[in-house]
Amino acid sequence: MHNLSHHLKDAPVSAWIGIVIVVFYAVLALGAPFLAPFAESASVGKQYMPWTSPHYLGTDALGRDVLSRLIYGARNTVGIALVTTVLAFTLGATFGLLAATIGGWFDAISSRVVDVLMAIPPLIFALLILTITGTSVIALILVIAILDSTRVFRLSRAVAQGILTMDYIEVARMRGEGMFWLIRKEVLPNAAAPLIAEFGLRFCFVFLFISALSFLGLGIQPPTADWGGMVRESAKLISFANFATFQTATFGLAPLLPAGAIALLTIGVNLVVDWVLHMSSGLKD
Amino acid sequence: MNSILSIILKRLLIGLLTLWIVTIIIFAAIELLPGDIATEMLGQAATEESLAAFREKFDLNRPVHERYFSWLGGAILGDFGISLANQRPISELIGHRVANTFFLAGYAAAIAVPIAVVSGMLAALYNGSIFDRVLSSSTLAAISFPEFFIAYILILIFSVGLGWFPSLANVDVDMGLGERLYRTFLPAMTLTLIVLAYMMRMTRAAILNLLALPYIEMAHLKGIKRWRVIAVHALPNALAPIINVIALNLAYLIVGVVLVEVVFVYPGLGQILVDAVSNRDVTVVQAACLIFAATYILLNLLADILSIIANPRLLHPR
Repeated sequence: MHNLSHHLKDAPVSAWIGIVIVVFYAVLALGAPFLAPFAESASVGKQYMPWTSPHYLGTDALGRDVLSRLIYGARNTVGIALVTTVLAFTLGATFGLLAATIGGWFDAISSRVVDVLMAIPPLIFALLILTITGTSVIALILVIAILDSTRVFRLSRAVAQGILTMDYIEVARMRGEGMFWLIRKEVLPNAAAPLIAEFGLRFCFVFLFISALSFLGLGIQPPTADWGGMVRESAKLISFANFATFQTATFGLAPLLPAGAIALLTIGVNLVVDWVLHMSSGLKD
Repeated sequence: MNSILSIILKRLLIGLLTLWIVTIIIFAAIELLPGDIATEMLGQAATEESLAAFREKFDLNRPVHERYFSWLGGAILGDFGISLANQRPISELIGHRVANTFFLAGYAAAIAVPIAVVSGMLAALYNGSIFDRVLSSSTLAAISFPEFFIAYILILIFSVGLGWFPSLANVDVDMGLGERLYRTFLPAMTLTLIVLAYMMRMTRAAILNLLALPYIEMAHLKGIKRWRVIAVHALPNALAPIINVIALNLAYLIVGVVLVEVVFVYPGLGQILVDAVSNRDVTVVQAACLIFAATYILLNLLADILSIIANPRLLHPR
């Protein structure tokens, strides 16, 4: 993989759409305090105000500006999902690479533990653990990171095992290189492309998972602005929607805006991941 | 036949072992609660007598392993103990809800499976056509959209906009089948849309893999008609992966049902599970998790065993 601009020039339209979406969300998340017209959880008007200036997307049940909450939601929801994915990845990739390199009892034990963890559907497992820990952001991040690291473990172990059968690994071992040198200098560079793509896919999964839990009222707790929670709060409005006028039709859109924000980012990340996978599958020049 | 039997037995044993370990994990959850459950539930101000009565009622005085086996024994017979929150027998609370959840998942499967298998085959036959490309972009949508997004779009169109179907799937025990199918149509459609694209794509991939094999080309070269190549030569070998796809997606449906039940306020097991988690009603959570996890594990087990049985190479060993 030489320079990035060279790859970007050849990127297909779908990848460009994905990149634009991801960059847009990143700008929203980073610049939330400057971009949002109102504060995150301040009551700035009457409840359920129509879609007119200065509240371009109206206000919610507590009179908070919906547009501002959507923008802050980018920061909170995406931020927490990103932290969780990084943690899941560090955990899963470390254990996966170690299991493949050390082998033997370490591999056997960690693989069995992962098998059992993966036998329970993640949502059900998360609900069980959240009952014990209660709903806090820290608990949420840790639970999802651990559950998700099992998938990363499987992939990184399989990828590393493939690399470890190569001749150059044999040569390095005979030279007397240590295990960490092997992982750092031989395994990681060769495993980078599939692991980067996996990071994108895991992020989507974690992001949807956190949104689902928040939607169920068990994830990120109010008053923090979060898209899953916003769908939950505005869900009842949908039955008041009426397509006769624009203002009454907007009631129906209230839960769809945050839900659509979730869907759009997931599509964007998936498009980028497809491109990365395509590039790393031997089609690079 | 001997080898196939031993493979199945081995898989069955691993499956049951997994299930057993999972019951231990689910049971251990209550043990891991920080502090004492009795003080946790009754509050710091509770008297010694009420704490003792609570421990007696929930059988907390016996050693852990005895309680585990009596819990497991009860659960196998359908008795999950009593709810911590309202002290009613759990089997009474969840009995008809379990049936409702399986009904909804079955309803969705009955719509999704035939459509997915037939259109997956068509997509494989007309590989690269517009139909095929629409299919692959709909898969992207299906994996990207959160369940509630699909659900609210359906509600907005078919319930609020057109008024064809109710947005709340409130069913009760005396409702006739027709009425029940009508009221649960939107939740069933949501679940269908979630699994459909994925199932189609996996069916398509399974058949495409087969059609690339030399023996299919040989059959074409012999001059056998196209439909006969697919029905007689390809299908028996495609059966195993397709059955596998179906069973895996049914397992997914059973879990996906949780969110959909909450959106449509459907009286199923998922909804009571979510309520129990927010009330920290551990015994109900355990019961619901056990039912969901067991169904998931058993369906996965079924998927594996069926695909072993449907594999012609294992059925006719040399």
